[in-house]
Amino acid sequence: MNIAVCVKQVPDASEVKIDKATGTMVREGVPAVLNPFDAYAVEEAVRLKEKHGGKVSAVTMGPPQAGEVLKHVVAMGADDVMLISDRAFAGADTWATSYTLGLGLKKLGPLDLVICGKQAIDGDTAQVGPGVAENLGLPFVAYVRRIVDVSGGKMRVERLIEDGYEVVEVSLPAVITVVKEINAPRMPSLKGKMKAKSLEIKPLSAQDIGAEAEKIGLAGSPTKVMKVFSPPPKGNREKIDGAPEEQAARLAEKLKALKII
Amino acid sequence: MDYFLTDTQAEIRNLARQIAHEKVKPVRAELDEKEEFPWEIMKVLAQADLFGLYIPEEYGGFGGGAFENCLAVEELSRVCIGVSVSFAASGLGAYPILLFGNEEQKKKYLPQIASGQRLAAFGLTEAGAGSDAGGTRTTAVLDGNEYVINGTKQWITNGGEAEIYTVIAMTNPAKGSRGASAFIVEKGTPGFSFGKKEKKMGIRSSATRELVFENCRVPRENLLSKDGMGFLVAMKTLDKSRPGIGAQAVGLAQGAIDECVEYARERRQFEQPIISFQAIQHMLADMCTQTEAARALVYAVAKFIDSDPKDVSKASAMAKLFASDVAMKVTVDAVQIMGGYGYMREYPVEKMMRDAKILQIYEGTNQIQRNVIGAALIKEAAGKKK
Amino acid sequence: MPIIVKVDICVGCEACVNECPFGAIEMKDEKAVIGDKCTLCGTCVDTCPSFAIEMTDEPKAVPAADLSAYKGVWVFAEQRNKKIVPVARELIGEGRRLADLLGEELSAVLFGNGMDAEARSLIEAGADRVYQVEDGLLNEFHEDAYADALSQLIKKYKPEIVLAGATSIGRAFVPIVATRVRTGLTADCTALDIDRENKNLLQTRPAFGGNIMATIACPNNRPQMATVRPGVMKSLLPDAARTGGIIKEAPASPLTSRTKLLETIEEAGHKINISEAEIIVSGGRGMGEKGFELLKEIADMLGGVVGATRAAVDSGWMPYPHQIGQTGRTVSPRLYIACGISGAIQHLAGIQSSDMIIAINKDPDAPIFNVADIGIVGDVFEVLPAFARKLKEMKGR
Repeated sequence: MNIAVCVKQVPDASEVKIDKATGTMVREGVPAVLNPFDAYAVEEAVRLKEKHGGKVSAVTMGPPQAGEVLKHVVAMGADDVMLISDRAFAGADTWATSYTLGLGLKKLGPLDLVICGKQAIDGDTAQVGPGVAENLGLPFVAYVRRIVDVSGGKMRVERLIEDGYEVVEVSLPAVITVVKEINAPRMPSLKGKMKAKSLEIKPLSAQDIGAEAEKIGLAGSPTKVMKVFSPPPKGNREKIDGAPEEQAARLAEKLKALKII
Repeated sequence: MDYFLTDTQAEIRNLARQIAHEKVKPVRAELDEKEEFPWEIMKVLAQADLFGLYIPEEYGGFGGGAFENCLAVEELSRVCIGVSVSFAASGLGAYPILLFGNEEQKKKYLPQIASGQRLAAFGLTEAGAGSDAGGTRTTAVLDGNEYVINGTKQWITNGGEAEIYTVIAMTNPAKGSRGASAFIVEKGTPGFSFGKKEKKMGIRSSATRELVFENCRVPRENLLSKDGMGFLVAMKTLDKSRPGIGAQAVGLAQGAIDECVEYARERRQFEQPIISFQAIQHMLADMCTQTEAARALVYAVAKFIDSDPKDVSKASAMAKLFASDVAMKVTVDAVQIMGGYGYMREYPVEKMMRDAKILQIYEGTNQIQRNVIGAALIKEAAGKKK
Repeated sequence: MPIIVKVDICVGCEACVNECPFGAIEMKDEKAVIGDKCTLCGTCVDTCPSFAIEMTDEPKAVPAADLSAYKGVWVFAEQRNKKIVPVARELIGEGRRLADLLGEELSAVLFGNGMDAEARSLIEAGADRVYQVEDGLLNEFHEDAYADALSQLIKKYKPEIVLAGATSIGRAFVPIVATRVRTGLTADCTALDIDRENKNLLQTRPAFGGNIMATIACPNNRPQMATVRPGVMKSLLPDAARTGGIIKEAPASPLTSRTKLLETIEEAGHKINISEAEIIVSGGRGMGEKGFELLKEIADMLGGVVGATRAAVDSGWMPYPHQIGQTGRTVSPRLYIACGISGAIQHLAGIQSSDMIIAINKDPDAPIFNVADIGIVGDVFEVLPAFARKLKEMKGR
């Protein structure tokens, strides 16, 4: 199978701390990592390759240092990488990002499957996966928690829904997004790490992928960020002190007053 | 301390450290409690290419040596030597093939071991034969094109879990230690079965079992080296592998220090953290110095071995002896510093102290190591006089 | 880069460095320098006390179609098993407010055959009109068929605003629609409003696990599209006297799909949809397996459900459907009781639209207390059993 994964470099959420005084996020010194959901995508792609043969290509759009996540992905078993990096892409929203990634994926030649993580943990939009599918004109299945079977140009998957899951058959090529339940991403391998170390990544520019200027970056983005702010701290915080019995009793009274009990 | 590792060596250490931290640490207490073999972790180590560190690239390995292997073993041992011994014992089973196997044997078995697809184990010890190899009772009798093995091996690490065993058996009991030979026996061979899993003081996630041979027939081509070379195979194997025990010891001691320093900084008595007391600082200082000295010795010996010298018995025994004595002392002190908490299973140093003891016992007790060193001294001195 | 620092004006105060939500600004030679991480959000422009940062080149507007041709607020009324999901009614409540602010009509879009009673109920819930698209393929969810049907409808009727629930259905197919009709889509909004000046829809959503909020507009494209988090907006009381038009739409050509739904399986753990629960009693690493039995008991007495952090789910104490947070579900209950939960930001991300958060934890410095309305510093194994006894006592009365 010829499989592509879309990945993103994000700040490591487990390292992000909140400044207690201001209530804002401290981003300084926060390491950049592979978006955790994308690790599931890479793992699933590598497993499919191990089972069915073929190759795995990883694509990312971002600043030059985003190449680091591609190295991580190679250490996990991806064969080829593509870094799409150009100042012209800055400020892209999900529309422009989907368009740009779509162009990059088209350069990879015929694909059987594109896998994306459910969402990136910095933006949490979950819109790029379906956007890429539309740009490629491919069928799409979201929130895949298991790939049951691939055969005869079709793939059978389990799609997570609110109260269970659905078994869905989709014709290939297709685009899917995957959730945490699908697998446990592997550690990088030593050989993969050594391969990644010597990897030279040549970024592709807007021109290289043949992007139209009015469809990329800030200019190509229908949405505009008007304001970014820290959520207002909650007021009227209340503490219940005392012995456990007393705390429990007062909590119960509170809930009664709120008509919850 | 900086040991000026190459980029590759640093990658090996970092990868092993990452696996230890992310995959081993969260489950070590449970594995110990349930005495459960760490198959999941073995799979992770296999996928990470770590089983083949010391195996040449032509046999599917990474092409490193004893030193590279020690780096990985040390990092795993820092969190759990029950896990690291299961990893390292596969190497112990592989060394006889690597050192003495013919091309066919190497081609057949080493790639499987290097990929971690199959674990290996080494079968030497018996009820009546430990350090005294001459007491070996297991026999192998040539019958046509097959050897027929009978006897029981005891306390074999990875026993029952491994699929490839190198086993020492007497082919000519009359000749004593020169009548022993080494064989490759695969799990599943008729007549080859396992005893019950032993209940141990420490390293409880590792599997220790008897290997039972009852008219077990193995093809003649499974003989390693030549008939009668069995003890040489065993001794050379142990020479190579002993620094690995040293690396386990260094890792374990470091792990105990890590826990202890953390604790001593947080634990407050008399309104100050206990690390501010000199009594504690001095204990920690000794633990730390001894561990670093052990590490320096283990690294030096591993690198010495990788230079392929003629005789490594003495150096290899010194690394194992010194480091394992340090690990025992450091873990006992770690429990002492943590006091009542240290004695509780809730904290990892309790397990570390239980685990440490085996390091002074297996692959030759530390008394035997001293014998080896003493014998080498005599030999050297005798050589000089000439 | 259309954003620049005027070095002769920059006084090196570092105000922008601290405010930049993306950590993209560094000081070099006592001047601010904007780096590659910049997303052109413009926070620094507003922050700079010296007016030294400017968006030099307002990005070229996408050649806009005649925006005035787009009228009306639409709500996608999602159905599952022919039942309208609660978020659809909530969106009709919010859509009503927005439509009234704009002085325009509110329409609902309903997919599937045999949905007449539900269509009527949407009118009662506050819609002026219902577009009912009838096609067998729409009875169940197919990403492509849903996207085709909604895109066709948008192209035909040109609504100004389209809202959908941020559910597994809404978040899966609405992005396809937005991509196809070449317009902006804002995901998982928690607040909506109309800009008084230009009548644009202001869409506010949390980002980075709720640690920053962003208000987003779509000034040059129509419709303005958003998915909205369930449980945040308020539905109106149904009014049987309300009237409105129901328009039956058939797709231009029969819909097709490249996906086939083979089976739908409800799972025991999923029976109660935690995203829609009113009361959640949730536990973390501090609870242990036994602790969750206690939480279940309390949740049952309160008529709520049990939630869990990732650590608790990873430990096998609760199944995944109960996981709340960035890698699990997002919830917005009336009451969220966090027991033995320290409050990692990944978890806080999933609970921030709760009406009230009560936290019980023995560590007074646990971050969970920063977001809790009521904080109880204490051992969960002392407080909770006492609380359970108290509840029993009150029930007994």
